[in-house]
Amino acid sequence: MADIELVPNKNFPAKNDHPDLVGELTTLNLGPTHPATHGIFQNILQMDGEKIVSGEQTIGYIHRAFEKIAERRPFYQITTLTDRMNYCSSPINNFGWHMTVEKLLGIEVPKRAQYIRVILMELARISDHLICNGILGVDSGAYSGFLYLMEKREEIYEIYEEICGARLTTNMGRIGGMERDFSNEALRKIREMLKSLPPVLKEFENLFNRNRIFMDRTINVGPISAERALSYGFTGPNLRAAGVDYDVRVMNPYSSYEDFDFIIPIGQSGDTYDRFMVRNEEMWQSMKIIDQAMNNLPEGPFFADAPEYYLPPKQEVYRSMEALIYHFKIVMGEIDAPVGEVYHSVEGGNGELGFYLISDGGRTPYRLHFRRPSFIYYQAFPEMCKGTTLSDAILIMSSLNVIAGELDA
Amino acid sequence: MLSNQEVAEELIKKFGNDVYDFEDPYGLLTLTTTREQIIPILEYLFHHDRFKINFLTDITGIHYPDSPGQEFAVVYHVHSLTQNFRVRLKVFLAEADIHVPTATPVYASANWMERETYDFFGIIFDGHPDLRRILNIDEMDYFPMRKQYPMEDATRQDKIDALFGR
Repeated sequence: MADIELVPNKNFPAKNDHPDLVGELTTLNLGPTHPATHGIFQNILQMDGEKIVSGEQTIGYIHRAFEKIAERRPFYQITTLTDRMNYCSSPINNFGWHMTVEKLLGIEVPKRAQYIRVILMELARISDHLICNGILGVDSGAYSGFLYLMEKREEIYEIYEEICGARLTTNMGRIGGMERDFSNEALRKIREMLKSLPPVLKEFENLFNRNRIFMDRTINVGPISAERALSYGFTGPNLRAAGVDYDVRVMNPYSSYEDFDFIIPIGQSGDTYDRFMVRNEEMWQSMKIIDQAMNNLPEGPFFADAPEYYLPPKQEVYRSMEALIYHFKIVMGEIDAPVGEVYHSVEGGNGELGFYLISDGGRTPYRLHFRRPSFIYYQAFPEMCKGTTLSDAILIMSSLNVIAGELDA
Repeated sequence: MLSNQEVAEELIKKFGNDVYDFEDPYGLLTLTTTREQIIPILEYLFHHDRFKINFLTDITGIHYPDSPGQEFAVVYHVHSLTQNFRVRLKVFLAEADIHVPTATPVYASANWMERETYDFFGIIFDGHPDLRRILNIDEMDYFPMRKQYPMEDATRQDKIDALFGR
């Protein structure tokens, strides 16, 4: 946070309640469609020269009423809604939703499917952090790091494509497991990824970590204390940068995360630099998890024995009566779920992604609520950027990794 | 490691008849309270020297149009990060008197969660610093997550539930 010397302007004396301010206040509309917001939301900033006096956010520009739509859809059709929340890491959202439904139904997923999910979720986390950190570089004026990383994200999207056929809105996996096993090509691509990502990440870190200009731009910019971060409901890398080691993967392990050996990186001051460093280190840890999962990938089925919820194999549908009936019932959404109330959370790219599901015994949820980390921590933005300059505010917003799709749901 | 039983007993000892309907669906302690007691309970759990339930995970609303006098529920999920213990608190409200005190003095994050709940259900949080719509447009004159607003156009003829045996 650079200290700005305020020079009193005799022509424009202060016309507000802040005696320490000099000139007139300027209202600046940052957004809704501003290149630096990386999404559609608006910040109305009151500026005294280059200094931000107060900020107010307007969100909801891409609100798509997912919670209302979900009340009309059978459970398996809700996966496509979750894709569109944090679209930088959609597999995590998909699997989080599947695990919520599996918890409601009491389905035990085989080990192999759990490991496959872990590999894909960690790939998604890497692609999410790659974008966040790459864009942070762009916003501070360093474009080249972003270009190196984009190539790697493209390779992760090619892995998605190999596994489910889609790249951004993946709709990956099914309730009860995966829709298909890893192909040889997918395994080859993941192994290649594990080999080719470290040098690129290393080079990226060489460009940024001890870069004098980057450090001056980010250290002590937008710091938040652990107490304030907890009060504001921060989770994920942003909370860990403030020094709280809360990670859903460790505290409430799901999908066999307890089998893997990894550390949770934490920061100290919760400033932009710490958030950047925490995300960088998390990518290394994610690679470590993927490596362990690939080496210990268990043999066995990749879907659970849950005929009422998991689509039967196509050959079976043509041959057996039961499979045909189940196929029809699942596709038409004729399966009634049991009555229940369940909260399940996963560690999304930005923090604790929670699903609060109430089923009244019908074919659709009675009520479904998404706990979206971006939505909850973005309310701290005015407090974090107060007193900084506009260019710092852009960096703070960028390092918070606010994804408009997740913000608005 | 805290058990549901332990926390429930402490709450009953402190709040007596104001906490009731204890359940633990899927292992998560769920209880109902009155709107007069919800903020004292949140504060009590926050400052309790052993529970330290000081993280607000979520606030949301539910609409039950078929239960007269208890049409709306506000659901609070709170979490103790030191003990890894979650509690779900519910407050039921009547449609005629749809007021509940705000949790913003206890948790800063409650601000937008309550605005969202107001936006979709019309639940009024008394004492909230800035209770406006957040995701929907300001001109909207109804609360869209209430059950009386069906998802699809009621005049559509090609999606009659009876045709599918529902």
